[in-house]
Amino acid sequence: MEDVIRVENLTKKFEKLIAVDGITFQIKQGEVFGLLGPNGAGKTTVLHMLATLLKPTDGTAVVNGFDIKKHPNKVRESIGMVFQDPSSDDILTGYENLKLHALMYGVPRDVREKKISEVLELVDLADRKNDLVKKYSGGMRRRLEIARGLLHNPKILFLDEPTLGLDPQTREHMWEYIEKLVKEQNVTIIITTHYMEEADRLCDRIAIIDYGKVVVMDSPGKLKKALGGDIIKIAMKNPDAGKAKKLDFVKNSKVVDGSLVLTVADAGKNIQQILKVVGDVDSVEMRSPTLNDVFLHYTGREFREQTPEGGIMNRIMSLEARR
Amino acid sequence: MSELGGFYAVWYREFKVFWREKSRIVSSIVSPLLWLTIFGGGLGSQTSLGSVGYQAFIFPGVLAMSITMTSIFFGTYIVWDKKIDFMKSVLVAPMSRTTMFLGKVVGGATDALIQSTILILLGVLFGITYTLQSILTAYLFLFLITVATVSIGLIIGSFMESPEGFGLISSFLVFPMVFLSGAFYPLDNLPQWLAVATTIDPLTYGVDGLRGAIIGTSHNSFLFNLTILSAFCIAAIAAGTVAFNRMKL
Repeated sequence: MEDVIRVENLTKKFEKLIAVDGITFQIKQGEVFGLLGPNGAGKTTVLHMLATLLKPTDGTAVVNGFDIKKHPNKVRESIGMVFQDPSSDDILTGYENLKLHALMYGVPRDVREKKISEVLELVDLADRKNDLVKKYSGGMRRRLEIARGLLHNPKILFLDEPTLGLDPQTREHMWEYIEKLVKEQNVTIIITTHYMEEADRLCDRIAIIDYGKVVVMDSPGKLKKALGGDIIKIAMKNPDAGKAKKLDFVKNSKVVDGSLVLTVADAGKNIQQILKVVGDVDSVEMRSPTLNDVFLHYTGREFREQTPEGGIMNRIMSLEARR
Repeated sequence: MSELGGFYAVWYREFKVFWREKSRIVSSIVSPLLWLTIFGGGLGSQTSLGSVGYQAFIFPGVLAMSITMTSIFFGTYIVWDKKIDFMKSVLVAPMSRTTMFLGKVVGGATDALIQSTILILLGVLFGITYTLQSILTAYLFLFLITVATVSIGLIIGSFMESPEGFGLISSFLVFPMVFLSGAFYPLDNLPQWLAVATTIDPLTYGVDGLRGAIIGTSHNSFLFNLTILSAFCIAAIAAGTVAFNRMKL
């Protein structure tokens, strides 16, 4: 299959800060590609550059065959974008918001109404279409955004933190919608998230981004497998990473937040030996690796879920706008 | 192809919102009525200007003031658009910034002209009589004033981050523009410094044009007023187009 998105050495500098630092990747038709990283890692900046909202400082990308620098309008026609913060007009109804965007995207008049009902149906908002958006719940707003992103049959859909700030139930629903989209509409999706379980569930491939660089890129399954075993977390008084490292089935040993975290091949069989070596323990936890462990492994930091306000990036964006 | 649709979309949204927020209409009518009844009535009991009463004399001026204020203030909504991220969703659509700007201008002008229509109708209460020609000429000037001042409001809005900042900057502009325009006094026999200031103020030609249309007396000729105001209008649109194309999120 061909690449619908080719990103080459994409770079964005804000004053002195390098938000995106020479990123390169390709995405195939029909793939769900995840950009993972903590807030401020540069995920949204990458999306905004791909959507031609920001000009790259260096490098470029080809989206649906069009260069983002040379043919921004063609790129915008090819993509649907769902922003991190709801961007519908809340004084208008759901239907009116969709009509507005259908007009802006030049959806032909004869298919406009049909298309609007179709996307409303898809996100289960048909019965609320004539209510003002300010009366919608957070989840409904997010669904309206997705409906809007699909109005013009884009080949590529950008989802920027689609479930940020939603409750677990609504999040589950959103995931189902996204899965349905991929299956029924065969769109290519780029999703940014800092929820590891979201990426694990939805993405065919993920790129972990930290400090504006791609740290590692592969399918979630392979990334977890590459850690080489299960995770054992030992809470104890004086954790010492060195002792356990000497055992040859311990692939990795780190002290995180006062606990000893080990990556161990055949953990079930080898745990007794480990306990003998490390000394007095308070508690032991053993589990299969998650993407969180992958992140931890590659960046040496715990992947914390942060507040919806995207701290540093927001501040940079506003600085940028003020000039 | 989507340019025309986009233009209509931007206008459609502005119009819908305006129609839904009836308080915008009401509030924009109240203050000119206060000017006419209280200021005009109070001063009018002492003053009369030529053949018409003072209230009738300032009526075109109040009309110009109200449409200018509404139009410039319209720029504040673009600051809100930026705040609620609506702007991003428009900017990511495949249409040019110029189209977006023009849609906004016509949307704002539509709102302002609807408000002016209400005031024009109420003018009958202040002794104004209309003919078909006077109405059409008045609308020509009102249209030029609103297009120019909506453009100015949008230019300010495109640079501003906060509605408060917008209010501050725009009031620095609106009040000199209105008070120097001869909205409340005749342009004849002004002291030198004031005469110069009124000549520089582009709104002067709008007020004078409206006065000529509505009560039949004006300082400058119809054609002169029309030419200057049109030039101002074109300059404002050109500057607005540039401002929108340079606007950052």
